[in-house]
Amino acid sequence: MAVHMPPILIYALRRLLQAVPVVILIMITTFLLLKLAPGDTVDALVGDMGGADADFIARLRAEYGLDQPVLVQLWRYMVKLASFDFGWSFVYEQPVSTVLMERLGTTLLLMATSLSIAFTLGIVLGAIAARRAYSLTDNVISVLGLVFYATPSFFLSLMLILVFSVHLGWLPVGGIKTIAAFYTGWDHVWDVARHLIMPTAALSLIYLAFYLRLMRASVIEVADLDYVRTARAKGAKEGRLMIHHIMRNALLPVVTLLGLQFSTVLGGSIVVETIFTLPGLGQLAYQSVVQRDMNTLMGIIFLCSIIVVVVNFLTDLLYARLDSRIELV
Amino acid sequence: MTLADSQQIAPPEPPRYIVFWRRYRRNRAALLGLFLFVLVVLMALSAGLVDPEDPLRRAGPPLTPPFTSWETPLGTDQLGRDVLSGVFYGARISLMIGVVATLVAISIGVVIGALAGYFGGWVDDVLMRITEAFQTIPNFVLLLALVAIMGSKIEWITLAIGIVSWTAPARMVRAEFMSLRHREFVDAARNLGVSNTAIIFREILPNAMPPIVVYASVIMALSILMESALAFLSLGDPNYASWGNMIGQGRAVLRSAPYCSVIPGIAIILTVLSFSLLGEGLNDALNPRQKKT
Amino acid sequence: MTGSHPILELRNLQISLPKGADRPLALEGLDLTIEPGEIVCLVGESGSGKSLCAGAIMGLLPEPHVRVTGGEIRFMGEDLRGRSDSMMRKLRGADIAMIFQEPMTALNPQKTVGWQLDEVLRLHTDMNRAQRRARTLEMLERVHIPDPQSAYNAYPHQISGGQRQRVMIAMALSLSPKLIIADEPTTALDVTTQLQILKLIRELQQDEGAGILFITHDFGVVAEVANKVAVLCRGELVEAGTTDEVLNNPQHAYTRALIAAVPALTPPPVKAVNTLPVVLRGTGLKKTFAARGGLLSGRRKAVTAVSDLSFELHQGETLGVVGESGSGKTTVSRIVTRLLECDAGSVEVDGKDLLACSPRELRAMRKHIQMVFQDPMASLNPRKRVVDLIAQGPIVHGTDPALARENAKKLLELVELSPSAANRFPHEFSGGQRQRIGIARALALEPKVIVADEPVSALDVSVQAQVLKLLADLRERLNLSLLFVTHDLRVAAHLCDRVMVMQKGEVVEHGPTAEIFADPQHPYTQSLLSSIPGRDWTPPSRHTDAA
Repeated sequence: MAVHMPPILIYALRRLLQAVPVVILIMITTFLLLKLAPGDTVDALVGDMGGADADFIARLRAEYGLDQPVLVQLWRYMVKLASFDFGWSFVYEQPVSTVLMERLGTTLLLMATSLSIAFTLGIVLGAIAARRAYSLTDNVISVLGLVFYATPSFFLSLMLILVFSVHLGWLPVGGIKTIAAFYTGWDHVWDVARHLIMPTAALSLIYLAFYLRLMRASVIEVADLDYVRTARAKGAKEGRLMIHHIMRNALLPVVTLLGLQFSTVLGGSIVVETIFTLPGLGQLAYQSVVQRDMNTLMGIIFLCSIIVVVVNFLTDLLYARLDSRIELV
Repeated sequence: MTLADSQQIAPPEPPRYIVFWRRYRRNRAALLGLFLFVLVVLMALSAGLVDPEDPLRRAGPPLTPPFTSWETPLGTDQLGRDVLSGVFYGARISLMIGVVATLVAISIGVVIGALAGYFGGWVDDVLMRITEAFQTIPNFVLLLALVAIMGSKIEWITLAIGIVSWTAPARMVRAEFMSLRHREFVDAARNLGVSNTAIIFREILPNAMPPIVVYASVIMALSILMESALAFLSLGDPNYASWGNMIGQGRAVLRSAPYCSVIPGIAIILTVLSFSLLGEGLNDALNPRQKKT
Repeated sequence: MTGSHPILELRNLQISLPKGADRPLALEGLDLTIEPGEIVCLVGESGSGKSLCAGAIMGLLPEPHVRVTGGEIRFMGEDLRGRSDSMMRKLRGADIAMIFQEPMTALNPQKTVGWQLDEVLRLHTDMNRAQRRARTLEMLERVHIPDPQSAYNAYPHQISGGQRQRVMIAMALSLSPKLIIADEPTTALDVTTQLQILKLIRELQQDEGAGILFITHDFGVVAEVANKVAVLCRGELVEAGTTDEVLNNPQHAYTRALIAAVPALTPPPVKAVNTLPVVLRGTGLKKTFAARGGLLSGRRKAVTAVSDLSFELHQGETLGVVGESGSGKTTVSRIVTRLLECDAGSVEVDGKDLLACSPRELRAMRKHIQMVFQDPMASLNPRKRVVDLIAQGPIVHGTDPALARENAKKLLELVELSPSAANRFPHEFSGGQRQRIGIARALALEPKVIVADEPVSALDVSVQAQVLKLLADLRERLNLSLLFVTHDLRVAAHLCDRVMVMQKGEVVEHGPTAEIFADPQHPYTQSLLSSIPGRDWTPPSRHTDAA
């Protein structure tokens, strides 16, 4: 290549290119799901109108291109998806993309807070448990990790509600803000934060267990490696060993999990958002299943996948920065 | 090894299953996991004995608290259904869905992972892009979509859970195959003239089994969690008693009768916990190198 | 001040092993003294407890499983046992330094070389940043690293194995320690690099006057560097003395056996093979490991592993392929057996081109050319019984399974293993025994050619000698034709009739072993031969006329 680009940029470009086939495959998957679903757009439209004659239905089909060969339909569908046009929601009587965008913010906020909490606490507790492996501290942390890992998010949410809303009355049961209060400024922020405490706790406690267990295993493994012995032979103290030699290397597999796990957490938000009636994508997904709003559901699948692709891309870049062994060029 | 003992052979080791059990029982948490697992299996098997009738029928006055009636020792819910028999029949459904979904997921995962890992090159590229695409779609969202399309019959739900869970085992099997493929014993078999199919299934797969078995316990736990979440959202099969569904129903009476959700909730936690512990125990017993020093 | 004290004095040192180990004590009463300016070699085979001795001195044993249970460790006259952890930390790196075996893994992959050297100075001195940097660069220069500036900023994976070991040495020496513990520091290195590193250690040690505890299994290395030698056998000190005494007049039976196991550098007499039929002929073989990918994956440089190789192997002859890592010798063993597809050329076995065969023909042809692999641990499928491993080849090629299993038991006897072992699994055998099983498997198909890829390099010297002897015996009895790939020139000298010397994918010299060893023509061969550790020392059992 004649153009000089910083290596990290070339690396980023390459990762982006690698994501293209994945995105295309996801488009094909949503198309197939849509085709498999009973009833198509026209059925929904006709149902919406309360019935129509066969001739009209046939004309509608032609208008929507549903009489075309499947490949042509696929192509048109993909072009539409690529421009974030997910079709019309017959439940909300709005373009799907409008419905999605309204709710994206809530979900992203929930994701960002619970993942950062889960990740930070997870690695800290995991590192502590590993350094005191097989002690009482380790046992307590590990048992808690296992129990949270085994707890279904909906059950944890209900128990939080039972304790903090029903018995103690400290926190609101659901919603993103107090409806009739019309708070502004910092009051608004505080109000939203109070509403987010329990959903965030429910999501992060469960995913914290993933990071905790991986970090613990990773630290124990790295602590046994030759270069840690070298550092010890240099006369380095335990604290120094931990920060510069062990954590620095033990973090790498955990960062990889951060990207992989994101899609699971996004799925987990369906249950949590539904329980706490947070107006996010997860709750919308559940409602579209119940209301058979396939266009919206497919829109959610595609949008969520794109978010996951973006997050994976970012973690890849982070990883490349963290791991000196990755050849950027 | 010192000088003269090259011809001497160490005394025979006890059979493999004894060695395995000795290693397994060293881990106390794993023993607890095994105990819980046996308990859940017994519950599933004896459900018919505990309550020979339909667990979804009315068994007593609604909202009887636990430990107050011999008929319904763990109480009844708002429709008068017996919580105890619900928990027992729920064990049946959870285990069944867990086992079948895990088999589906592991089978798909092993085939895809083995092909990608063994052949590498473009086969690997194509299969891995597909795996990546599947992994990118949040699996619970995909599960909802599949259930929305295929309906809530228990067979379809089980299949759908299997379909959304195969990517992680596929990646693991691929990694395992990629490392085993370069081991010398594979070259040795090829050099004897063994065919590719025989190498994949008879040489490599048996050696890749331990991590697959360990991973199966993880998939099992996740499948049970997914099924319960579906049932909680009342998207499960309404004809069967399910823990998730019981919790979902109990939500309506959370304030007055929390035991309706707490009891099945504890059942889920203990079941999933048993699989996690079982998995860790298996891992320690099957891959002793990790814990030796 | 402390001039009257030796640098290190071990008295009756005892280290206990955890329950379930093969013996209760790793070291039983070790006595050892190191004076200033002395290199003391601690020699032993794997499992002799030699590395734990280093750990005990450094205070870095994996306690509480393995710990010192008796004796004294006196450093400059003071007992180190019972010293607090913080006092030991002050000693480590400053007064006692250590060099490890694996330069690949001994450096932190996420920190630059400069940072890691700098750390020692930061831990033990008050120097400011600029002083430390200057000192670090000076040290890099002293260990002869080309371009210290860029090495300073490099990550460990960006420099070669030999250079990494130099960095380790620089790290160990940067505070002029009084005692240096070197634990097999050259075992992982190529022979020419090994010699350079050994020279470097000697040179620096003479400058500094430090005492060195040099742990090794290799008597060649001992002959190269040691002033004094101590021989360990399963935790017991069996013999100690000056290098000359121990190497040339060993007293203890174990030492004698160990020394006798070192292959002599006296090649077999030249064999007239040219009249015998050719069983394996390689012509114009080429293999390049291509740069994979383009836009979608990282670009790598293409590596030529083998360029235009031709050779002939005659009936009953052993042809050695020798070279250092990266010379392409292992690639040769994989292309002639077609475990690796080659880019051009032909391999004729039994008059038929193996490389032109269809997959089906190839599978049938494989019975003519069999292989013995390097790693006896990895080359036997751990899930199969020994009898099935040996019988697998004949069964694949159509022999009746019952008969094949019968023959397998006979083969076990042939490789001097008891047929009663037939139903065991590979992990129940020792390394040498496993390699015997590997040989039996190769023989089971009665091949025309056996390709042996470093078959003894993973074994301890004494076991290595036994396996080599077995191979030599079998070769005579069965008139085998061997293509023998090795990095070890002593082994090559011992076994091969002819050798090809490879460097960077090319054969630089070939001919009868005796001629090449006596009068190497190519400069690379010359440097290889002159790098063999202890080449000037002839083990006593082979002295023709005593001095």
